[in-house]
Order: sequence, then C-alpha cells, then structure tokens
Amino acid sequence: MSLKKTLFDPLFENNPIALQILGICSALAVTTKLESVLVMCLAVIVVTAFSNLSVSLIRNHVPSSIRIIVMMTIIASLVIVTDQILKAFVYDVAKSMSVYIGLIITNCIVMGRAEAYAMKNGPIMALVDGIGNGIGYSVVLIFVGIFRELFGSGKLLGYNIMTPISEGGWYQPNGMALLSPSAFFLIGIFIWILRTVKKDQVESSN
Amino acid sequence: MEHYLSLFLKAVFVENLALSFFLGMCTFLAVSKKVKTSLGLGVAVVVVQSITIPVNNLLYNYLLKENALTWAGVQGVDLSFLGLISYIGVIAAMVQILEMILDKFFPPLYNALGIFLPLITVNCAILGGSLFMVERDYNFAESVVFGVGSGVGWALAIAALAGIREKMKYSDVPEGLRGLGITFITVGLMALGFLSFSGIQL
Amino acid sequence: MSNDSTSKTLIVATLLCVICSIVVSSTAVQLKPMQVRNKKLDIKKNLLVTAGLVDDSAEEKQIVEAFKAVETKVVDLETGAYADIDPESYDARKAAKNPKLNYKIPAEKDLANIKSRAKYGKVYLIKDGETVKNFVFPVHGKGLWSTMYGFLVLENDLNTVKGLGFYEHGETPGLGGEVDNPNWKANWNGKKVFNDAMKPVIKVVKGIAEEDAKYKIDGLSGATITSNGVTGLVRYWLSENAFGSFIKKYKAGSI
Repeated sequence: MSLKKTLFDPLFENNPIALQILGICSALAVTTKLESVLVMCLAVIVVTAFSNLSVSLIRNHVPSSIRIIVMMTIIASLVIVTDQILKAFVYDVAKSMSVYIGLIITNCIVMGRAEAYAMKNGPIMALVDGIGNGIGYSVVLIFVGIFRELFGSGKLLGYNIMTPISEGGWYQPNGMALLSPSAFFLIGIFIWILRTVKKDQVESSN
Repeated sequence: MEHYLSLFLKAVFVENLALSFFLGMCTFLAVSKKVKTSLGLGVAVVVVQSITIPVNNLLYNYLLKENALTWAGVQGVDLSFLGLISYIGVIAAMVQILEMILDKFFPPLYNALGIFLPLITVNCAILGGSLFMVERDYNFAESVVFGVGSGVGWALAIAALAGIREKMKYSDVPEGLRGLGITFITVGLMALGFLSFSGIQL
Repeated sequence: MSNDSTSKTLIVATLLCVICSIVVSSTAVQLKPMQVRNKKLDIKKNLLVTAGLVDDSAEEKQIVEAFKAVETKVVDLETGAYADIDPESYDARKAAKNPKLNYKIPAEKDLANIKSRAKYGKVYLIKDGETVKNFVFPVHGKGLWSTMYGFLVLENDLNTVKGLGFYEHGETPGLGGEVDNPNWKANWNGKKVFNDAMKPVIKVVKGIAEEDAKYKIDGLSGATITSNGVTGLVRYWLSENAFGSFIKKYKAGSI
C-alpha cells in the first residue's frame, strides 16, 4: 500500500469510528466544546502515531506471550507523558478534560492499530497509519464538536456566532445539543451520510 | 448502611457508566447483537469491576497518594503520576488471573465468557471506574460498593441494548443507517431515558 | 535467541520497564513544578477575577502584582478568631480529609452536602492601604455531578456581595457549567446575603429574579440542581457552622 493511501484511507474509506467501531468512548464526552475537541484530537494523533512507531520498531523482538502487556505499557507511558505536558502547558484545557485524557490508554484505536497494523509493518508505514487513523478519528470528533458547540451555545471556539439570549442576542441555545445523547445522534447521522455516499460500507440486513 | 445503598443505586442508575458517562462504548456497541452474549460480557464486567476498583483503591491509598507511604516510614513522596499505569497494570493482571482461576475451577463459566474476558482489559469502563474512584476519594468500603454498582449498571445497559437490537431485526431501517448507524441513535435515545434519573438526589 | 524463550521474555520485559519508567518519571519530575505553579496561579487568578481586581486575560505578572494587596489569614471556624497557622503552607482541602484536622458537619446543618470540613478556614482580606476593602471566603459544595470549589467576595460591610466565582467544577457544560458565565456571575454583584437576624437567606431562584429583590439571584436555566447546590453552599459557608462566627466577631469589632 502506498504512503498516501495509508494516510488518507482512514478518513472516509476505513474510518476508525464509523466503520471499525474503535475509540468511541472518549469521542462522546469531550465534544461539547470545539477547543477541547481539538486538544483531544491532537493528543490522540500523537499517541497513536508514536505508539505505532515504537511498537513497530520492537515488533521483531516481542515474545507473543507478553505482547498485550508490552503494548499496554508503551501506550500508558505515552499517555502519561501527554497528560503531564498538557497539565504543564495548557492547564485550563487539561482541567476541563479531567479523566478523559487518561482514558486514551483504553481508547481502542491506539491498541487496535498497534495490534492490527504496527505488529506487522515497518516503522515508517506504522507511523503514517497511526497519524492517518488519528486524523480519521478527528474528522468525526470535529464534525460532532462543531454542531454541538454551535447549536448548544451559539459559539465556535468560544466566539459568538449566534448570540444567545442570555447575552442579549436572539438565539435560544438548544440545551439538548450539550447533553451527551446528541453526540450519538450526530455520529449516527455522520455514518448515515457516509454510507449514503459510499454504498459499499452498508451493512447487510440479517 | 443507607449511605451505601444510595451509593449503589447512584452507581447503577444515576451515574451509569455506559449511558451517562459513555465508557466502554466500543465493546458496548460491538458485542450487543445478542442478549445471551451481552449478558455473559455483563457478568464478566461486574466481576472484574468489583475486584479491580477495591484493589486499585488500596493501591492508591497505601502506595500512590501524596504521603501515602507514611506507613513504610517514607514521608513526602507523591507517586500519583504513576496512577494510570498502575491501574491498567492491575486490571490486566486481574483479568489474567481471573481467566486462569475460571479455567481451572469453573470451566463452564470460563467457556461461557470465552473471548470477552481478555477484551475487558481494554474496556474503558473498567479503567474509568478506577479513575472516578480516585477522583471522588472513596474509602475502601465505598469503593467495593461503587465497583459492584457500576459493573451492574453497565451490564444492565448492555443487556437492554441487546434486547432492543434483537427486536430491531423486524424493522425496516434505511439502507445507510443499517447496523451501526441505527445502533448509535438507539443508544442516544436510551441515554436520554437515563437522563431522567439525573435529577434524583440520593 | 528465539523470541518465545523465557530468558528473552524476561529481557524484553525488563528493558521495556526500565525505558518506560525513565521516560515517565523524568517528564513527571521535570514538569511537576510547572504544574504546581499553574494550579496555584489558577486559583489566585480566580480569586482576583471574582474580586474584580484583574480581568480574565491577566498575565502571571499582573496576578502576582495584584495579589500583593491580598492578606491571607487562617480562621478557627468554631470560635471565629484568627488561628496561629501559617497560611502559606496550610491547605484547607487536605485538612478536610484528615480526621485530626476536620470537623464532621451534622447532617441537618450540612447545606452544602460536603459531610466534613477543615477545622480552620482561610479568609482573604483585600486591602486598600490599611483598610480592608473586601473579604474573600473560599466556598465549596456539591452540584449535580461534582463538588464545586470557588470564592465568595463580600464588600466591607460583610453583607453586600461583590462577586462569586468557581475555579473548579465538573457540571454539565452549557447547563450547570454556566456558573462560569460572566453574565450570570454579574447577577451577584450588589445582592445582600444576611437578613436582619443575621441569617444567610440569599437564594438562586428558579427562572428570573425580580428586579429589586435583594436576596435573589436568577436561576441557571436547565440546571435546577446546580442552582440549588450554589444556594446551599453559599448559605452553608456563611452560616454559624462555618464563617458565620468570624463574620459576627469581626462586625462586633472584637478582631
């Protein structure tokens, strides 16, 4: 597979959330504000890329009996480092994400790609695959984040787009967009749109 | 006693890990096609959750917390940054041990759980439960109750979703929504239902 | 050496642990001072913003400069007198969990739902030269999901509110999380907390408070439980069971 294909396939052709059912948990909780979405995406891209890279580098030396725990250790170390960096440099954002940064460890995208791709491919391809899947994850998150922040509080990245009534404008914020169920509806709709365009992803009715 | 009962009910309904905090979603969506398998997974989660949360509680209180090492005569050490890696280690080890014990002494249960047991290691509901326990500063007894309660809540949610999905076979879903799409929307509606518990003060 | 031999497994496991532990520990140790500083600065900034001394975009230098006007005291909440404890090193939040330093709040008095509090509380006096301009009381209590931590700032008559702000909470963003909304916070300015009998009666009502109601604050729409939580925690911390005794003593001029 070419580099380009490895990088861009996970965006729509083989999206981790919409098709592989990976990494949904953290996708839902942090999407009320676009700002935290962007930080989360960046963190996931970095962690997936580097975990893929490191797993791939040592792939020929890992005994299969301790494979899982080796990957877990690498991923956990990367996540802790990311968490510490966030707390030190962007304290406000880290505060608003509380436990969800830690949960990247169990984000199945990271583990799933390490197991499915990095264990079998060279370091450069694995790195690219990690970045690609991180971006594919980000596409869905940003889609959900834009809708939730815009309709839930009339803002984007904290700037007023539709001034809410409480601040003297005209827009009555839609409270439901801020509650977590709306994220499910939005992802459902995202999948619907994606599969209407790409018919081959439609599941057969059994 | 009343305190523990309300903590339990809160963990099951009001603060349901699956439907209010959306933890453990990947397995939740992937393994909810049949009621029987989802019940098996639910039981496994309850067991692992009720063991790991109290164990992690002890670990946190006697090893990792600031000044937690006082009993060993060491003062002023704060190892809390090692939290994540220790919890996940405990979870992985517990799952492994549980698997071996079940295999040896309860083969029928082991066979029933099958592949779901190792999968639990990467179920974020388990790690999430431990992290909530730390954030809310539960004591040991509370952490036992919270562990059982949050596991039961998760099991309840996945069994309910599987029930709905089994019935859904008979409905005519638009092509693009079939399978995963409609499942997301169903879970959204279920979560809305569970929101009505959020006003309950226990 | 074959990959699955025991010795190789042990070597890989050991090497991996050593490398990972070095990476994790060195980042944690190196970044710790920055994190601690961030945390302290964030709390100070919130205090100053609530008191109206700096605005949200204040840089570290401004915060440190403005904080020079703030004098921190530790108060024995039972007697209301100043306690002889160094305010720099005293941490009321830690003390609240320490059985030797905390006080179990009787259930019927526990309006903030916090079960126990530290025996000693910090009070911040904002001074203009020698005279005290504002009093800042750290408050906390349960909302819907989380414990909310914040500051209540009173004018020097110890009755009129200057501001209320939270520096830590985990309420639903957009609903209960609106406790951070500057427009809602502006609501508090000028309200009174005590009635003539010195009982804290201020209340976050449901819906919009009448224009001239001096004890009522507009509710947060869609967040009744958070609103009630705010009412409860403000009333608790001003009650006889908490800072009330200090306020009484100060007003009587015996401090």
